[in-house]
Amino acid sequence: MIDFSRVTVHYAETSEPMLRDVNLHIPEGELCLVAGRTGAGKSTLLRAINGLVPHFTGGTLHGTVTVQGRDTRSHPPRDLADVVGVVGQDPLAGFVTDTVEEELAYGMEQLALPAPVMRKRVEETLDLLGIAELRDRPLRTLSGGQQQRVAIGAVLTSHPQVLVLDEPTSALDPTAAEDVLAAVTRLVHDLGVTVVVAEHRLERVVHYADRLLYLPGDGTVIDGEPAAVLADIDLAPPLVDLGRAAGWTPLPLSVRDARRRASDLRQRLADTPAPPATPTPDGPPALTARNIVVRYPGTIAVAGVDLDLHPGQVVALMGRNGSGKSSLLWAVQGSGPRQGGTVTVTGPDGATDPKTLPAGRARRQVGLVPQTPGDLLYLETVDAECAQADRESDAPAGTCRALLDQLTPALPGDQHPRDLSEGQRLALALAVQLTAAPPVVLLDEPTRGLDYLAKRQFTAIVRRLVTEGRTVVVATHDVELVATLADRVVVMAQGEIVADGTTAEVMLASPAFAPQVAKVLAPQPWLTVDQVTAALAEAGTRG
Amino acid sequence: MTDQATADGVGRQTPVTPPDSRSARAGRLPRALHPGAWWLWALGLATAASHTTNPLPLALLVAAAALVVVRRRGDAPWAFAFRMYLILGAVIVAMRVVFRLVFGGGQGDHVLLHLPEIPLPAWAAGIRLFGPVAAEQLLGGFYDGLRLATMLICLGAANALANPKRLLKAVPGALYAVSTAVVVALSVAPQLVESVLRVRRARRLRGAAGQGLRALRGIALPVLADALDRSLALAAAMDSRGYGRTAAIPAGQRALTGGLVLAGLVGVCVGTYGLLDATVPGYLGLPMLIVGLATAVAGMLLAGRQVRRSRYRPDRWRITEVVVAGCGVATAVVMAVAGSVDPVRLYPPVSPLTWPELTPLMLLVVAVAVAPAWLASPPTLAAHRTPRPVLIAPNGTTRSSPKRDTSESEAQR
Repeated sequence: MIDFSRVTVHYAETSEPMLRDVNLHIPEGELCLVAGRTGAGKSTLLRAINGLVPHFTGGTLHGTVTVQGRDTRSHPPRDLADVVGVVGQDPLAGFVTDTVEEELAYGMEQLALPAPVMRKRVEETLDLLGIAELRDRPLRTLSGGQQQRVAIGAVLTSHPQVLVLDEPTSALDPTAAEDVLAAVTRLVHDLGVTVVVAEHRLERVVHYADRLLYLPGDGTVIDGEPAAVLADIDLAPPLVDLGRAAGWTPLPLSVRDARRRASDLRQRLADTPAPPATPTPDGPPALTARNIVVRYPGTIAVAGVDLDLHPGQVVALMGRNGSGKSSLLWAVQGSGPRQGGTVTVTGPDGATDPKTLPAGRARRQVGLVPQTPGDLLYLETVDAECAQADRESDAPAGTCRALLDQLTPALPGDQHPRDLSEGQRLALALAVQLTAAPPVVLLDEPTRGLDYLAKRQFTAIVRRLVTEGRTVVVATHDVELVATLADRVVVMAQGEIVADGTTAEVMLASPAFAPQVAKVLAPQPWLTVDQVTAALAEAGTRG
Repeated sequence: MTDQATADGVGRQTPVTPPDSRSARAGRLPRALHPGAWWLWALGLATAASHTTNPLPLALLVAAAALVVVRRRGDAPWAFAFRMYLILGAVIVAMRVVFRLVFGGGQGDHVLLHLPEIPLPAWAAGIRLFGPVAAEQLLGGFYDGLRLATMLICLGAANALANPKRLLKAVPGALYAVSTAVVVALSVAPQLVESVLRVRRARRLRGAAGQGLRALRGIALPVLADALDRSLALAAAMDSRGYGRTAAIPAGQRALTGGLVLAGLVGVCVGTYGLLDATVPGYLGLPMLIVGLATAVAGMLLAGRQVRRSRYRPDRWRITEVVVAGCGVATAVVMAVAGSVDPVRLYPPVSPLTWPELTPLMLLVVAVAVAPAWLASPPTLAAHRTPRPVLIAPNGTTRSSPKRDTSESEAQR
């Protein structure tokens, strides 16, 4: 179906080729997962399939890419539209029309299909993806998961044999991600569509995949069975790490696989005491929020929330898309709307409400890094941003740069912030906000688009902030991150707090929020691979 | 509530049936009309309004437009914009009256009150500030303002009844690329506003240092970078979904179509100028206009043939559309007839003060204008799209949720 023959892709501005001498054959009906670190060339590989590389992006492509016998050299993307369907990372950016039904029909209109065929396919696709009740809705009013399913539907109506998905679930909460992935696997199993999907959070997709393409970052592609490829690489979901720690071969890819083999491991761990819960701090809270209300026209985003944040704690804020997490963070910081309630921060200037302070002083009480950290950055170089941050915070020159060096060492100062990787940009935005030395730091979806290694780095950074006595709140959908990072978990739904407790209490109580390790080892209270490894080591020394 | 007042009596004779069955007769199925039909109707009303300053037919025309909107609009966001046009109309009338009050204009004997006049220097001769206010003068302003407001409200009615974007979809194939660009631009505007708000909020997180040019740069750069990224993503998405698959047209033919359209449009411009300017030779007038139009249409047809794409659920021009558009044209024509028969009643003199009068012809104008409230197909409402049982309420009323059915069900009691 898809053939890469000696493909090398070279962009003008880089010295090293993005892909080097890649040979691939993806047969019909496979679900092929593409993994690799940020910037390793995943998007380049995906976009080469329908000719966007190099027809649209520029660069030079040597070798040949053929899809169903059509060479992308002679067929630009628009002439492959009936064979390959591409869905990008941000579905909203790719929508051309404004209602669901018209969006589904758009691709077929371009292919000049007759009207009765279009009508029939639209109805079929609405049912196939379970979006029939959304047909007249404006695209902008849909939730993230719905938008992603509409975007997939919009390319499916052209009946492509190949579906290319670039990180389809990176912005979605766990349940919405499951919906999208369930729709994708249904396409593979029922319609025999060949699917190529790139994903950072391997644990979500890897058990569905027939094949894994791993891009180590030097331009080569490692191609093989998922379990075999995962055994040798440093980029691995928690299940694989657990399998390695327990010495299982082949490595388990799904919770079901692992659970069937885990009875032995559970026995070995049975005598080991459960990991100690982080003690609840008894000192006065660093921030007290009472009865916070945030209202937007037509909706109540936050409905009377009370929240205490203690110094030295990492609090994870979870909940589905639109449950009011961001609104709560912005209201607490004081820059967002807040129709009711009080916030008291015990900061360097005594107890104050950041809302009543001018913006420049509020950020010394509570620092917030928004969902798109790039919004905070507007200068041409990293150095200029750092200098500006020092001026804004009346900090001695070099403070921001020193913080940045702690977070990610050796970031070239003359680089443009937009050219940084997601992780580096997040670190820069965080350093800018930390220059004001706020006792409370709020992070809105910080790990979106970060790979495992960047996430590990991020975890270390947050841990360091906490040992300095700050409070960190992380709003996130990433269950595995919360398991390794947070001391306390707060779950929101419909603007209210529905669960609040230690990480172990909240995460072990509900299957939706349980990390993979907990699912495998339930009813034992283990959350992370590190805990299990430590316990096994302890058991080993005793035994 | 308007619906009940206008119960048309037809339902009275029908036996007790679900209210939908009556409207479900052939041709009366709920559907959205071709937007062009509503626009022709509205333009007809506006043309009629421009032919008179008599407040009675003007007020009746506004009422007619409002009634049609209330009975035949859908439940999409733009359908509720009509209220805005009514408010805007009221503002126009008020402005006209206030202007007459401030700047005078028009004489009159019935002075209502004396405002102190502000003396102006000699170079401003002819302009008067304040001074005596006559009833005739205010009434003249009111008539003028009402005429303008009525025309605006008629166009507002078209906007509420027809999806403006569907009108763009109905353009000929040759203009497809242009209409796509307009649609994309329309959807980009709210996105841009959204990103400005987002970045401004984020700026506050950095203490919003600096004012004026500095702050503008801090907002403009991320917003523009964002917009650029988004437009690239959109272009890539459109390309991979097959937009512009017609690239394989020979260059000669492309040049021919372009030349035809361009030459035709130039011809239309020259022809219009010739028609309006009496001093140019006659052949530059109407003949030139017709030749130019024909050339442009030929070019467009040729270009349209090269566009290889189909349309999903196109709006069809059926009998109902003809009726609605015909009502609009008839409104304008009857008003023009009324003007030639009895011009004085259409432009009631303000000096001396007289009561405006209605003539039978004017009533006919209004009757024709309001006819689509019954003749047009009912709109599709969200409640129609999902199957919904007809409820029998305890008091015996057959109830169903859409508003437009109220008249029928009330009649059946």
